[in-house]
Amino acid sequence: MQDNITPTLRRRVSLSWLLKMALRDSRKNRSRLFLFVSSIILGIAALVAIYSFGYNLRNDIDNQAATLIGADLVISGNRPVEKDLQPVLDSLGTDRSQERSFASMVLFSKTGDTRLVQIRALQGKYPYYGAIETAPQQAAQSFRTGKYALVDESLMLQYKAQVNDSLKIGSVTFAIAGVLKQAPGQTGLAAGVAPVVYIPMQYLEKTGLVDKGSRINYNLYYKFDKDTNVDKLADKLGARLDKGNMHYETIQTRKENTGRAFTDLNRFLSLVGFIALLLGCIGVASSTQIYVREKVASIAILRCLGVKAFEAFLIYLIQIAGIGLIGSLIGAALGSAVQYLLPIVLKDFLPFDITVAISWLALGQGVVLGVIISILFALMSLISIRKISPLNTLRAAFEDSRPGRDPLRWLVYILILVFIVLFSYIQLADWQASAAFTIALLIAFFILWITAILLKRVVKTLVQGPWSYLVRQGFANLYRPNNQTTILMVSIGLSTAFICLLVFMQSMLINQVKLSTSGNQPNTVLFDIQTNQEKGVADLTRQFKMPIIQQVPIVTMRLQKINGKSVEDYKKDTSRNSKRWAFGSEYRVSYRNTLTSSEKITDGKWIGEAGDATEIPVSVDDKTAERLALKVGDKLVFNVQGTPMTTVVASLRKVNWNQMGTNFRVLFPTGVLEQAPQFHVLLTHSPSTAVSAKYQQAMVRKYPNISMVDLGLVLTVLDEILDKISYVIRFMSGFSIATGLIVLIASVRISKYQRIKESVLLRTLGGSRRQILWITALEYLFLGALSALTGILLALAGSWLLAKYSFSIPYQVNYLPAIIMFVVTAALTIIIGLLNSRSVLNRPPLEILRSDI
Amino acid sequence: METVLDIINLGKTYQSAGKTLTVLNNVNFSITDGSTNAIVGPSGSGKTTLLGLCAGLDRSTTGSVVLNGVNLNQLSEDKRAQVRNQYVGFVFQSFQLLPTLTALENVMVPLELRGERNIKTRALDLLDKVGLADRGHHFPTQLSGGEQQRVSIARAFSNQPKILFADEPTGNLDAETSEKIVKLLFELNQDAGTTLILVTHDLELAAKTHRILRIKGGQLVSDEKTQA
Repeated sequence: MQDNITPTLRRRVSLSWLLKMALRDSRKNRSRLFLFVSSIILGIAALVAIYSFGYNLRNDIDNQAATLIGADLVISGNRPVEKDLQPVLDSLGTDRSQERSFASMVLFSKTGDTRLVQIRALQGKYPYYGAIETAPQQAAQSFRTGKYALVDESLMLQYKAQVNDSLKIGSVTFAIAGVLKQAPGQTGLAAGVAPVVYIPMQYLEKTGLVDKGSRINYNLYYKFDKDTNVDKLADKLGARLDKGNMHYETIQTRKENTGRAFTDLNRFLSLVGFIALLLGCIGVASSTQIYVREKVASIAILRCLGVKAFEAFLIYLIQIAGIGLIGSLIGAALGSAVQYLLPIVLKDFLPFDITVAISWLALGQGVVLGVIISILFALMSLISIRKISPLNTLRAAFEDSRPGRDPLRWLVYILILVFIVLFSYIQLADWQASAAFTIALLIAFFILWITAILLKRVVKTLVQGPWSYLVRQGFANLYRPNNQTTILMVSIGLSTAFICLLVFMQSMLINQVKLSTSGNQPNTVLFDIQTNQEKGVADLTRQFKMPIIQQVPIVTMRLQKINGKSVEDYKKDTSRNSKRWAFGSEYRVSYRNTLTSSEKITDGKWIGEAGDATEIPVSVDDKTAERLALKVGDKLVFNVQGTPMTTVVASLRKVNWNQMGTNFRVLFPTGVLEQAPQFHVLLTHSPSTAVSAKYQQAMVRKYPNISMVDLGLVLTVLDEILDKISYVIRFMSGFSIATGLIVLIASVRISKYQRIKESVLLRTLGGSRRQILWITALEYLFLGALSALTGILLALAGSWLLAKYSFSIPYQVNYLPAIIMFVVTAALTIIIGLLNSRSVLNRPPLEILRSDI
Repeated sequence: METVLDIINLGKTYQSAGKTLTVLNNVNFSITDGSTNAIVGPSGSGKTTLLGLCAGLDRSTTGSVVLNGVNLNQLSEDKRAQVRNQYVGFVFQSFQLLPTLTALENVMVPLELRGERNIKTRALDLLDKVGLADRGHHFPTQLSGGEQQRVSIARAFSNQPKILFADEPTGNLDAETSEKIVKLLFELNQDAGTTLILVTHDLELAAKTHRILRIKGGQLVSDEKTQA
C-alpha cells in the first residue's frame, strides 16, 4: 500500500473539447436556451436603435449644422443694437440679413379667427444655407416683395386658411403668399408652441406693433467668404457683444449646442432602453437558474467521469455566452431595423431630416453589451455548478450546494451592481444621477421581490383553507418548487409601473392646468396694453360681461449694480455664490401697495409706499434672492430705460408661481414708477370658447398691438406637447412591456417542462382537461393581477413623489387608466399562460411520458 | 496479489436536524487487483455511502481510502475527479447516461477527457462488444433500459479502469435483461482484468463474485469468500 501519495496525473482539458461538450449538451436544449436569451433581444434592439440613431444624428448635425442656423454668424439680442456697436456690426460679413421677432395676435380676415403667433419680420437674403420651405415653393422668395406673409402649416390647417387669404397683423393686412413648411432650425414642437408667421421687414413699422414695452428679439444674420475664420472672429467680438447685451452663434456653436441637446435626449432614451434590457436580464437569470437545476444530473455524471468543477462550469458558461451572442446579434439586427422608425417617432423634436444608416459601432456596442449582460446575470446560477457533487449520481436528492454561503455569489451581485451604476453613468454622465437611478431601480425591484415572497407565504397559508381542489392546486402552483412567481412579479410589475407612471403624470399635469383655469380663475391674459389704452380695454372687457381680475402695470428695467459693485464685476467674481445668468436678463417689475394672496413675506418688512425715502424699498422673491445671493438690506441699482434708480431690499417674498396670476421677481412700492414708460397686463375670465373668440376678435380689431394668451389654447398646446413626449416615452417603454411579455412567455414555457410531469400525473389519475385548464388559469390570474396591482401601487407612489417634490402640483390620480391597465395585464397573463400550456393539455399522457422532456 | 483498494477505519457522519447521524463506522477491508467483490446489506445500511467513498465521490469523516496507492482523503474534489477519470469505472442502477449525447459520444467522454487519440474506433469497438454497434448514433431516450445499461457498461470500460464500481446494475431491469447484463458485465470484467465492486441487494448476483462484504448499521459485519 502506498499511503499519502498525490497522483502525478496531468490532464488538461482543451478549450476545443469544452466547446464541443457545450455544443453537444445544448443539442436538445437549443429552443429552450433560445427562450432564455429571447428576453434580452428587445432590450438590445432598443439600445442599438437608439445608439445608431444617436450616431446618425451626430453625423447629420455635423453635416447639416449650417442649414440649422442658416448663416455663418447670428448675433442676437432683445433690444436694439447700441449706437456705438452698430458700425462694428455693419462692417461684418459679405452679406447681411436681419430679422425681428415678437409675439403678436393675428386675425384671419375670412373667418375672424385670432391667434397669438410669433411674427418674424425679415430683411435680406436669409437663409444663406438651407431654405425656408414653402408651398408653393416660390413663396419663400416672393413674400419679400410686397405685403405678403408666410404662415405656419399647422396654423393654416387649424384655421382652414388658404393661400391668398388675408391676414391682419397689427394695422396692416397681408396676403398669405404661401404655407411655411420648414424654416432653418425649426422643430415641429416649437411650431406647435408658437407658430411662425414671416412678413417682410419693410412693413413692420406700419403694423404699429413695435412700441415701447413690446418684447422684440433682434437677429442679425451674416454670410462670410469661405476664408474667414468665423469662430475666431466671433470670439474676438464676444466681449463687446456681451457688453451690448447681445450674444452670438456660429455654425460650430450651433453644432455643439444641438449635439448637446440631442445627447441628453439620447441618454434619456438609452436609459429607458436599458430598463427593458434589465428586465430581460432578470429573465435570463431566472431561466438559467431553472436550466442549471435541470442539468444537475448531467453535471454530476460529468463530475463522476472526471470533469473538474471549473470545467463543468465552463461548459455551461460557453453555452450561455454563445446563446447570448446569438441573441445579441438578433437584437442588434432588429435594432438596426427599428432605428428606421425612430425618426418617425421623434419627428416633432428634430430640426432636420435624419439620415438612417447602419451604424457598425452601435451594432458592436449592442452585441458586446448583450454578451456581457447575459453572462453576468447567468453567472448567479452558473457559479453553483461548481458546487454540484458527483454524489448526485448515487442519490438524486443529494444537495451539496449552499448558494448563500458561496462568496463568489456576492462577488457576482457586486459586479451586477457596478455594471448598472457604470452603465447608467455612461448614459447620464453624472454619478449622483446614476446612483439615484440605480437606487430607484433597486427599490422597485426590491418591493416587487418582497411582494412575491409575501405572496408565496400568504398563498401557502391560504391554501390550507376550505377551498375547492382547483383553487388550492392553482394557488399552490405559485409557491411550489421551480415556480416562476418572483420573476413574473418583477417583470410584469415593473412594466406596469412604468407605463402607469407615465399615464398618471400626464393626466396630473393636464389636470393642473385645467384646474387653474376653472371657476373664476383667470383664463385669458392680455398684455402689451399701453397706458392710454388701459381704460378702453377694461371697458371692452366689461362689455363682454367678463370680470377684470387683475390689471397691473409693468416696467422693464435692468439690474446695474449690487451693493455698489457693477454687474460686470459680479459676473467675474467666482467667489460669490450667485448664478451669473440671473444678472443679464431683463427685469419686468410692477408696483403696488399691497401683497396678493400668492405672496408671503419671509424676511424683512413689506413697504407698500415709497414715501420720502432716498433709497426705494423693494421686495425680491426668495428664489431670485437665492440666485443673486441677496439679503435684506442689500442695495440694488436698476437702469429704468436710461435712468438709474437706487433701491434697497426691504423684504424677501415667497411667491406661489403655480397660482394663476401675475407674479414678479421684484416688486416696487407705489409712488415711484408711475411716470416711467410702462405697459399693462389684464387678467380676465371668459365663460366659454365662443365668448372668448368674439372677445379676442373685438380686441384685435380695436387694439391690434395687444397680445392675448388664451389659456384654453395653452391647455390644448400643452396637451399636444405632453402627448408627443409621452408618445416617445411610450414607444421606448414599449420595449420594456414587450420584454415583460417575452419574459412572461419564456417563463411560462420554461416552467412548462417542470409542469408536464405533474399535469400528466393529474391526467393519468383522471383529471380532466378542463380541470387542468382551470388550475392553470387561476394561477396566472392571481399572478397577473397581483403583479399589475403592485406595479400600479408603485406607479402611484412614484407619481406622488414626482408630484410633490419635482412638479409641486396637487396629487390627483385618474384611476380609469390604472383600472384598464390592471384588467389588460391580468387578462394578457392568463391568455399567455394558457396558450403556452396548450401542448400539455392536448397531447396524450403516454406520449409525454415517453418523450424526452 | 497486489492491493488496489485499501479501506482503513472508515467512518462517515452527517449533520441532520442538529444531530449527528453516523452512516459508516470503523470499516476496514482491502481489495486485491483483479478480484470481484460484492457489498451487500439491507436498505439504509450504508452500502451506497461506502461505494461513494471508495470511488472518491465523497470524502470520509474519519479513516482513509487508498485507491491504487492514492490516499483520496488528502485530495481536493478536482484531484479526485482526475483519479476517477484515470482509474475508476462506474455502472449505475439508473444508467446515468448523458441525455444530450449519443450512445457513441457517451462512451467517448472518458477517453476525450484523457485527451487520447483514435477514441472513436475504440468506443465503436466497445459498443460492438456490448452488442450495440449499430446504435451508436442513438440518444439514450431512443434506447431501452437494457440497451442503456449496456452503453453504460461500455462507457465504464472505455478508460480501461483499474477498478469498476457497479451500484445495483440490474436494479432497474427485468429478470431476463438483468441476466444478460450481468453476463456481459462479468465477461468484460474478466477480459479486461478489472477489479469489480458490486453493491447489490441481490444475493444471487453477489454469489457470482469472489467475495461478499456484508454491511449492517454502518458496520462491516461479515467478509466471506464465495465458491465463484
